[in-house]
Amino acid sequence: MDYFFTEQQQMIIDTAREITNEKIIPVRAELDEKNQFPREILQDIAKADLFSIFIPEEYGGLGGGCFEVVLALEELARGCVGVATSFAASALGIFPVLLAGSEEQKQKYLPEIASGTRWAAFGLTEASAGSDASGIRTIAVEDGDSWVLNGTKQWITNGGESQIYAIVALTDPSKGPRGASIFVVEDGDPGFSYGKKEDKMGIRSSSTRELIMKDCRIPKDRLVGRRGTGFITVMKTLDMSRPGIASLGIGLAQAALDEAVTYAKQRVQFDKPIISFQAVQHMLADMAIQLEAGRALVYAAAKHIDNHPKDMSKVSSMCKVFATDMAMKVTTDAVQVLGGSGYMKEYPVEKMMRDAKILQIYEGTNQIQRNVVGQELNKEYS
Amino acid sequence: MMKILVCVKQVPDAKDVRLDPKTNTLAREGVESIMNPYDRHALEEAVAIKESQGGTVTVVTMGPPQAETVLRESIACGADEGVLISDRAFAGADTWATSYTLARAVETLGGFDLIVCGKQAIDGDTAQVGPGLACRLRVPYAACVQKTRQVSAQAIEVERMMDDGYDVLRLPLPALLTVVKDINEPRVASLKGKMRAKQAKIRQLSAADIGADPQCIGLTGSPTKVVRVFSPEPRGDRTIFSGSVDEQVDQLVACLKALI
Repeated sequence: MDYFFTEQQQMIIDTAREITNEKIIPVRAELDEKNQFPREILQDIAKADLFSIFIPEEYGGLGGGCFEVVLALEELARGCVGVATSFAASALGIFPVLLAGSEEQKQKYLPEIASGTRWAAFGLTEASAGSDASGIRTIAVEDGDSWVLNGTKQWITNGGESQIYAIVALTDPSKGPRGASIFVVEDGDPGFSYGKKEDKMGIRSSSTRELIMKDCRIPKDRLVGRRGTGFITVMKTLDMSRPGIASLGIGLAQAALDEAVTYAKQRVQFDKPIISFQAVQHMLADMAIQLEAGRALVYAAAKHIDNHPKDMSKVSSMCKVFATDMAMKVTTDAVQVLGGSGYMKEYPVEKMMRDAKILQIYEGTNQIQRNVVGQELNKEYS
Repeated sequence: MMKILVCVKQVPDAKDVRLDPKTNTLAREGVESIMNPYDRHALEEAVAIKESQGGTVTVVTMGPPQAETVLRESIACGADEGVLISDRAFAGADTWATSYTLARAVETLGGFDLIVCGKQAIDGDTAQVGPGLACRLRVPYAACVQKTRQVSAQAIEVERMMDDGYDVLRLPLPALLTVVKDINEPRVASLKGKMRAKQAKIRQLSAADIGADPQCIGLTGSPTKVVRVFSPEPRGDRTIFSGSVDEQVDQLVACLKALI
């Protein structure tokens, strides 16, 4: 379908597609097998200016929005969701500075992110705080000219690989979530270290690691936004980023559909290519229908969000749920179409199915997303 | 500050090469054109040297007006400017006339420290134009370079790929290199590069602009005459002899006798 992209949007798609075809697809199976972080590919992505898409022009970026990020992520995810996740996590990690940072913070960090010389990560989740963000235990205490942070973040994408971390910590523990603030912690800060590296089912090329802050002392000016506004910034950040996760589902499902159709045309059983059998055709048709519906929703949602509407959270959650549930279904069906071959690592669809699962879990489980949609509906109809 | 020149060629995409059975020439109609793959490596090497040493990269191509596409692609990948050498009088040039024409263009543009070319073009496969250009410009050259070891304002040290290993050559500048694919991984064109490429002004040079002798260019200036073009029969089985030299000679003689 023609989505009437602007010339610049088409350029972003073409560039991301070249990265995927030339740099990602040839090595994705190896990165997956070795659990290896795609450092060189991220450097290629940086050289191609893709990190600069959503950074305002005055900070060295291209000034695009959520929609442009979605277009790039979709293409990268067609190659590998692990690589695309590493790219997306850097955007997620810098959104708090972009949304709530001081002018000095923006001047300092945004040009580095735009050029891809430094990468970011987002530190929210803890052992006791997953879907329930109020379970955060990391604490930040003022001490002279510094903030001193103590606590451990868990399952942080790009942990140990990024240089800039947005850390959510309680500055007024008695106020619960309303006492949370966001800080920039940099690689090498005293008292900041990396813990356990996770061994995952899918997106194995991405790094998922613990961040440990033990009397981690950082300068006063690392507080992002006003004290106590951290939770609001987190919510705004996730509203902006969820369409990106949705687009990973779109790119992944497209890749799975491509593999399934190609295989079904070649595989001969009962003297015919299996695509000539209605049972297979209907599976492929349903995959294509769901995919295109998901793509249309994600594009529309991203464009809508770029206008900063009031119902941002609802729309953002809707597209995340639909596109990622769809990606799980489509990748599972792709394995089914390929049959025994699909189950083998020689073919790329088993990896796609493993990669799909995380999309329903991270950046807010799909159950939590449905809560958001439900709560918003409750408010709208009151 | 290095002034670097890269020569590129627009060629038919190798995935889609067909011969016209009537004329025995390459069927170019409806075939997609791409930048010669070796030239992408030449460009990458030039841009990498520019990034480490400072300087400029100029890309030239001799070809029809549509060859401008490869110049814009080069700018998107880091070149500073593109020059299209284009004239109806250049049509039908072989490697002799092409190297003459390029040499005239290089002298017109003037003052390059380093010229980088791909080893060969995938359509003609002669690998003659790079060395030919160096000879006409009377500068030293190294063909089939697989690695740049060191660059200074005065000289460049490179590894030249050989059948069994490599030579290390040190060339005083100005010099010319032709490169093989092992030398680097070409980058993907950047977004800002693509935007710059779209707006870039491409300089055009005609036969008159470069002061070319009409007798030396195009079909007139080309001593090569193509008698016949054909798809070769696939080679049969190959045998590799082993043992001492004497034993190998005996085996070879036996083989030849069997053929007679």
